[in-house]
Amino acid sequence: MNPLLMELWPYFLMVLVGYLPNEVWRVFGLVLARGLNEDSQVVVWSRAVATAILAGVIAKLILFSTGALAAIPLSVRVIAAVLGFLVFLGARRSVFAGVLAGEIALLAGGFLFSH
Amino acid sequence: MPAMSAPVAFSSPSAAFFAGAKTAVTSVFMLVLAGTYIGIGALTHDFGLSSWWLAISTVLVWAAPAQVILITTVTTGAALFEIALAVTLSAVRLFPMVVALMPVLRGPTTRLRDLLLPTHFTAVSMWVESLRLLPSIAHQCRIPLCNGMSAGYMATAAVFGFVGFYLAAGLPPLLAGGLLFLTPMSFLMSTARNARMMLDKLGLVLGLLIGPLLTILDVNLDLMWTGLIGGTLAYLVHRIREATT
Repeated sequence: MNPLLMELWPYFLMVLVGYLPNEVWRVFGLVLARGLNEDSQVVVWSRAVATAILAGVIAKLILFSTGALAAIPLSVRVIAAVLGFLVFLGARRSVFAGVLAGEIALLAGGFLFSH
Repeated sequence: MPAMSAPVAFSSPSAAFFAGAKTAVTSVFMLVLAGTYIGIGALTHDFGLSSWWLAISTVLVWAAPAQVILITTVTTGAALFEIALAVTLSAVRLFPMVVALMPVLRGPTTRLRDLLLPTHFTAVSMWVESLRLLPSIAHQCRIPLCNGMSAGYMATAAVFGFVGFYLAAGLPPLLAGGLLFLTPMSFLMSTARNARMMLDKLGLVLGLLIGPLLTILDVNLDLMWTGLIGGTLAYLVHRIREATT
């Protein structure tokens, strides 16, 4: 491939499979804002599908990590995620407290057990 | 901004815009966005994309889940239609958000083109804050205030994307690993925090279980199936519970 094309390829993909399939729902919302309400069954089902996809992405990032995170053992990543989540629940659902606790656990575990 | 009996009005649209930007900078979402986009910056570096690619995707896509899907699939040779499908399924949640937001923004003299920018800006952070703040603002000031606030959030996200990218490039491996851990952790907890109904909680748990299972089984289009299977199961349980109570 032509070098300029190679350079622009990721941007083209961003628009084609990132921007367009994402933006279409916002535009739909604008166009159909008068028709549907938040409690309609299609909207409820789509929200559940969207949540499950997001959860799948989260689990894959923790369990099948890449790069620098992969150097930290799987058991440390899982225990840190669980600990962070428990702190989140205990701290009246504070995202900040949960993320901080998870990070501290990950770094401590990674420092002790990384190879 | 306290709720007042008389709606708060600003002298000009630009005054409302800057007041909106100010609410963004002082909001709790600032920390969440900064952490999330530092993580996404590190992820971008990890997958060999450029920092400007990330900045442009933050402006154009403006949805952290879709951006993470895009970053983690676009360089790994996944089928383009699978990436588009996963992105579009992750973005479905934007639809009800826009539907709920438009009546708050729309006034008697609002034209459709005035709503285009707020429509593009719609994301969790801006949506929660708009529904909280805008009802106490005079109608003619709501759109500029919303745009100012959203621009503030977007600029924050773009800047912290660069921060994460260059930190990941320069930090020792353990700390770079810690940055990559920010994305799943902040997603996990902000999704859990938004999950008030059993339906959302079940969708979250099922996705966490089914996603890795399908990856281990080496199933094609694993994210799409995770969403369809996990989401539909959660929906069915929700329907059955509603029917029996």
